[in-house]
Amino acid sequence: MPGLGTSFGRGGATTSQQDLINSDAILIMGSSMAENHPVGFQWVVEARERGAKIIHIDPRFNRTSAMADIWTPIRAGSDIVLIGALIRYVLENERDFREYVLHYTNASILLRDDFKDTEDLDGLFSGWNAEKNQYETDSWAYRGARLKHDVAERGKSGGHAHDRGGEKLHANEYEQDLTLQNPHCVYQVLKRHFARYTPEMVESACGIPKDVFHKIAETLCSASGPDKTAAVCYAVGWTQHSKGVQIIRSAAILQLLLGNIGRPGGGILALRGHASIQGSTDIPTLYDILPGYLPMPYFEEDSDSLKEYIETHQPKAGWWHNLDKYTVSLLKAYYGENATEENQFGFNWLPRVTGDHSHLGYWIDMADGKMEGLFVMGQNPAVGAPNSRLERKALSNLKWLVVRDMVETETASFWLDSPEIERGELRTEEIETEVFLFPAAGHVEKSGCFTNTQRLNQFHVKAIDPPEDARSETWFMYHLGRRLKEKSKAHPSPDNVALDALTWDYSAEGAIGEPNVEEVLQEINGYTVADRKLVSGYKELKADGSTACGCWIYSGIFPKPGENLARKREPKDFLGHGWGFAWPSDRRILYNRASARPNGTPWSERKKLVWWDAERKEWTGYDVPDFTRTKAPDYRPKKTAKGDDALAGDKPFIMHPEGMGRLFVPSGLKDGPLPTQYEPLESPLRNELYPARQNDPAAKKLERSDNTYANSPDKRFPYVLSTYRLTEHHTAGGMTRYLSHLAELQPEMFCEISPQLAADLEITHGEWVTISTARGIIEARAQVTARIKPLRLDGQTIHQVGLPYHWGYKGLVKGDSANDLVAISQEPNVRIMETKALLCNVRPGRRERGEQGLAELAEITGEGRRA
Amino acid sequence: MSTTAFLTDSTLCIGCKACEVACKEWNQVEGDGFEWKGFSYDNTGALGHSTWRHVKFVEAGALPGRGGNSPDAFTWGMLSDVCKHCENAGCLEACPTGALVRTEFGGVYLQDDICNGCAYCVVTCPFGVVERNPDKGRAFKCTFCYDRQKEGLQPACATACPTESIKFGEIEPLRERARARLKKLREDGFGDVHLYDPTESSVGGVHAFFITRGDPSAYNLPPEPEVPTVYLRKGWISAGIAAAVMLAGTLLAFAGSDKR
Repeated sequence: MPGLGTSFGRGGATTSQQDLINSDAILIMGSSMAENHPVGFQWVVEARERGAKIIHIDPRFNRTSAMADIWTPIRAGSDIVLIGALIRYVLENERDFREYVLHYTNASILLRDDFKDTEDLDGLFSGWNAEKNQYETDSWAYRGARLKHDVAERGKSGGHAHDRGGEKLHANEYEQDLTLQNPHCVYQVLKRHFARYTPEMVESACGIPKDVFHKIAETLCSASGPDKTAAVCYAVGWTQHSKGVQIIRSAAILQLLLGNIGRPGGGILALRGHASIQGSTDIPTLYDILPGYLPMPYFEEDSDSLKEYIETHQPKAGWWHNLDKYTVSLLKAYYGENATEENQFGFNWLPRVTGDHSHLGYWIDMADGKMEGLFVMGQNPAVGAPNSRLERKALSNLKWLVVRDMVETETASFWLDSPEIERGELRTEEIETEVFLFPAAGHVEKSGCFTNTQRLNQFHVKAIDPPEDARSETWFMYHLGRRLKEKSKAHPSPDNVALDALTWDYSAEGAIGEPNVEEVLQEINGYTVADRKLVSGYKELKADGSTACGCWIYSGIFPKPGENLARKREPKDFLGHGWGFAWPSDRRILYNRASARPNGTPWSERKKLVWWDAERKEWTGYDVPDFTRTKAPDYRPKKTAKGDDALAGDKPFIMHPEGMGRLFVPSGLKDGPLPTQYEPLESPLRNELYPARQNDPAAKKLERSDNTYANSPDKRFPYVLSTYRLTEHHTAGGMTRYLSHLAELQPEMFCEISPQLAADLEITHGEWVTISTARGIIEARAQVTARIKPLRLDGQTIHQVGLPYHWGYKGLVKGDSANDLVAISQEPNVRIMETKALLCNVRPGRRERGEQGLAELAEITGEGRRA
Repeated sequence: MSTTAFLTDSTLCIGCKACEVACKEWNQVEGDGFEWKGFSYDNTGALGHSTWRHVKFVEAGALPGRGGNSPDAFTWGMLSDVCKHCENAGCLEACPTGALVRTEFGGVYLQDDICNGCAYCVVTCPFGVVERNPDKGRAFKCTFCYDRQKEGLQPACATACPTESIKFGEIEPLRERARARLKKLREDGFGDVHLYDPTESSVGGVHAFFITRGDPSAYNLPPEPEVPTVYLRKGWISAGIAAAVMLAGTLLAFAGSDKR
């Protein structure tokens, strides 16, 4: 999560859901929290009961809006205009928390003379290389900071590898103006950058009336300060945009200006969409990072020398200075005694990033016939992935496909009953893909961990054995690895040295040989190599090969044999200490040093959390201090100091080399140091701010004949489309459409449209409608509701259409998949697609079937005929 | 004897339907079938033999000045309905087989293995709660989770509710909580809240009361529920009078024929 990572230092929610009860106002935007996180939403309800004001901003009035004090519809894709205007409101009216801003953010840091803002260059920051279609970010550095060689800047990388904050420059070197008057200081740059984000622009770009804007701004500002705090909750309604990271960045700026980070009731809560999505970036299923957010080495750019890799990625100051310890300990966990100092601890056994290996990147490769095989686990891309029609067709290019799931998903049966078969685009008898469907154990049928939205790791114990041949993922991966290693042993090959070197010695237990997951968790926790004694935390890790650790941020989760903290269920306080384990070090609110003044005393009695105990000379409080426990507030580092010692006693953002929260991000983002309003890749409007720059310049459309786009605007596709989820179903439906008690609650695909649009198109509530985009056509039942409101923007009416995306061609309840309509596009930093702001058309009646269906598709998308 | 009750508070309900699903899972209730109904987000329709908790969604226009719930823009009310477990229960009084009984918790329990499917309970329920399963021929309704209560557990719906919109407990303290809640809501600007607890009506009080915004009848809660047996006396008197009149007429007819 580079949005949070580059701003604060760690790519995770800064607070916990339970802490929302301490908020005085909660802004929920880019999320329908009540709909998709109903259990966590209890804390929002509790906060409201205690007097907090709940603000919900969403194109649709949904379950969350129903509980809000203020709801306003917004034009999908205009989020940065609204948050930018809130930032402007704070700056213009001097509502910022000045002491916090001065000491804890980089507001006072001076930028270089050659830095140019979008306001100077008509929508581009300085450094844009039009030939390469990417930024060269030298000019974004702090004035006086030496630059570094940044491997991730060279193209193929994803941004996850990049949010350590010190990749491009020595960010601990800077010049400051504490009066904030210097025109080159971040504060003044920020002011100029957002000067045109006025309430008038909010009205014309977002469709939010000025008085509603003022109400929102005043509610947030008056709920912030020494005695008050406001929180922001977001989910994929912000992420899944062509500029999603920058939307999150805008919230980070607002919360830093209001002094709401690191304090009870404050923070930014990144709501994750699945049980362990946070866990799947911590111990990643991503291609560009290793466990604990260590960068995956790049082919060519990263040398084959571990020493150079560490020098490249290790900042001099800040916590990431420990990168060498975490890297070597990870290699020791991977390769055990085979990892020696002589062979650089097996550094060159690690695979290298050679291109875009993200989901969308490799799926395009698959469509082009460049891939042979695929494992699909815990996923149903035939329904859940963008341009699912393209994705399903791409599956037919594989030689083999392994699907592990609890049911036969659409992905497993694309060759039999997909819409492509029905339309004759694919023929079953011509598909050569061999499909292996393995039954998977459900979560109650296996033990293991979830790391939830607030970095909280909870261990769960198996309740019953899985039925018949169903097995856990751990079982599958362990035995697959074991068999591969045995095979390699029998037929040695230089290609397999990394596989041969890998430690793979978990105990397999019981009749089916289930690996002991607590052993895995112990390896993740880390141990000293000599005596295999568990370490108590990452501070014990060493760079000399004497310790091993599978994921440094989780270290401390299993400090002693028999003491699995993730298994604890005895909450002691309002932050839930004693229940599970929150990384890092069981801190529930990150950067909590900021909950005290620079001198270490709480900002107020009401909002005290962590403070300096002058008598005992240590940090204490209700949470585990996110700070070196004995570092006094008046500590000032020597020039020669390194790592955490190089940070002063009043610098709460300890991961960053300068120890400050970043209003301006000098390193780590591919599309600008500040958020800027660009239109979605498909928009009914031109970018009124920068007519020459319609879209985020670094976003990728991956446009091709089977992934086409509408124009902006486009008469063929006049309406704005957002996809979303419902409480009753889980994502692509594999876990809910097959259960009658859930399937009956939302049995059919529907399309939410306003009564006005329904009247214009002569659509009656409940009848079938056909929805089309430049990629595909689907049908749905018309849910005509006043919860969807047309927006009036500068005299123009904008109609928005809402589509849940849960249905497919299998299960108890079937329906068309909204993802057939979505394009495969890539946000520049995390390569996520844009699902929340598209252009579509709607007509009454059902879609055509068979050959006529193909003809209809070809007419709309300009392709689709069988080659 | 402990008598218990539900307090269901629409001002806390987020319409997640966890109560419906938890009820069906615990009690192994059959499904409702897969029919998209188009009534807002509600596709299970109403309380019946296969739905013992039912969340109703009420979409309404802007109601400015009513406090909370985005009143300037729109309101979307949600309420989880359930069997009221009446003090004077029409179903129980009408049941000819003794399938319906009063439990020690004050609830009305339908023993489906004793039910003969006469459906008298269906027509005598003032709230439209009881329904006969056409396939099985017998009636079904909320058990008040009698089995769970016997074990000291809360009913499944109350346990599953994430926002404590469904509260469960001893009836009198719960009634006190309901009144206190009503007072607080009014102080917070919810001028239109009501406590639905028809003690004055002929059902003589219920074991499931509700806090609603606006008119409770919008949520299928009748303003004056009546247990049909209140008409028994009147019915018997009318029948008696009719019988007397007919007898008298008959006698008169005979008396007249004598004269002839």
